[in-house]
Amino acid sequence: MKTRSALLLGSLSAALVAFALTSPRVVAADKVDPVADAKAFQNFFFQKFPDVKHEDFVNGPYSMNADMKRQWQEKEEFPPYEFALDAGKEMFATPFKNGKTYADCFPNGGVGIRQNYPYFDEKEGKVVTLELALNRCREANGEAPYSYVKDEMASLTAYMAFTSRGKPMDIKIPDDPRALAAFENGKRYFYTRRGQMNFSCASCHVQSPGERIRAEVLAPALGILNAMPIYRSEWSGMGTTSRRFVTCNSQTRAVPLEPQSDEYRDVEYFLSYVANGLPISGPGARP
Amino acid sequence: MKRSLPLAMLLAFGLATAARAANEADYKAAYATAEAASKEAAGLRNQWTVTVSTLAAAKKAADGGDFDRATAAAREAEALAKASIFQAASEKEAWKAMEIR
Repeated sequence: MKTRSALLLGSLSAALVAFALTSPRVVAADKVDPVADAKAFQNFFFQKFPDVKHEDFVNGPYSMNADMKRQWQEKEEFPPYEFALDAGKEMFATPFKNGKTYADCFPNGGVGIRQNYPYFDEKEGKVVTLELALNRCREANGEAPYSYVKDEMASLTAYMAFTSRGKPMDIKIPDDPRALAAFENGKRYFYTRRGQMNFSCASCHVQSPGERIRAEVLAPALGILNAMPIYRSEWSGMGTTSRRFVTCNSQTRAVPLEPQSDEYRDVEYFLSYVANGLPISGPGARP
Repeated sequence: MKRSLPLAMLLAFGLATAARAANEADYKAAYATAEAASKEAAGLRNQWTVTVSTLAAAKKAADGGDFDRATAAAREAEALAKASIFQAASEKEAWKAMEIR
């Protein structure tokens, strides 16, 4: 009888200790902690690809495949995004009808600031991306907004990214529950499966970077936005971050959301924040 | 013989029912159900492209007077929409299993 009581007491104590040890973990896991998330995110890729230099992740599939990297480096001598870059530079300097320019809408005249976008606007309570800020600038100066997915918007963001090349991504999350909610919402969007293919962003860019999907080599999620906007041979032209999200959704057979919807802004916030410290490499070129 | 006659009648009746061509009313009912499910999926911001295209195919077949094909497509669209609704519900929690921690 004594043995049975001792066993029972022992089991109960073990269960209590186990509960005490695991319950804080559960609470911690449910708390929004962007710093811990970014650290875990980066470590995952650094450990999965120990031979890839950290700053090389921003080069997407080229960081995963030596042959592709060599071809890309040769292509970079006459990069396919050069026309967009030149057009963007000219557009950026050309005054609106009211005489003002894009430089009047941005800190530091819009030069070398790409690494700070997207940011959380505490006044609006929402994430503001570079594309959104550019169109707001146009509208504030009496100009019609551009399409978010290509052409002029891609050219403008290409030029702005170019002026930030090499600068480390530097996204801030203010101590504001709405900013934390936006980060968490972006994270949820990134990991949520959607479309008839039942794919999440992570299915390709976390679980399978470096693997082939048909003829393409999948890029790692880490630093994936640092190269935006990109010239894609598949598109025969330039595309913005918005275009990338829209086409990714379509490829999983999900109806894409409207460009610059809250979800897309939030997932851009999440992906950019977890790439903090990695250099801006845009505009980029991809197969 | 006495026992097999009702059985044969039942079988014949069943086959006849199954083989009955769909009419406009069948199509309209199937389409309305599919459209409602599709709207629910869109409301969840989890619409599938194939639901939209299959619904469009149903309408196109109906416009051409092929109610068999139209009804079948509408029922397929309904199944697709319901699958996307199920996906949206299950992913509310399931996404956490994919998260890097």
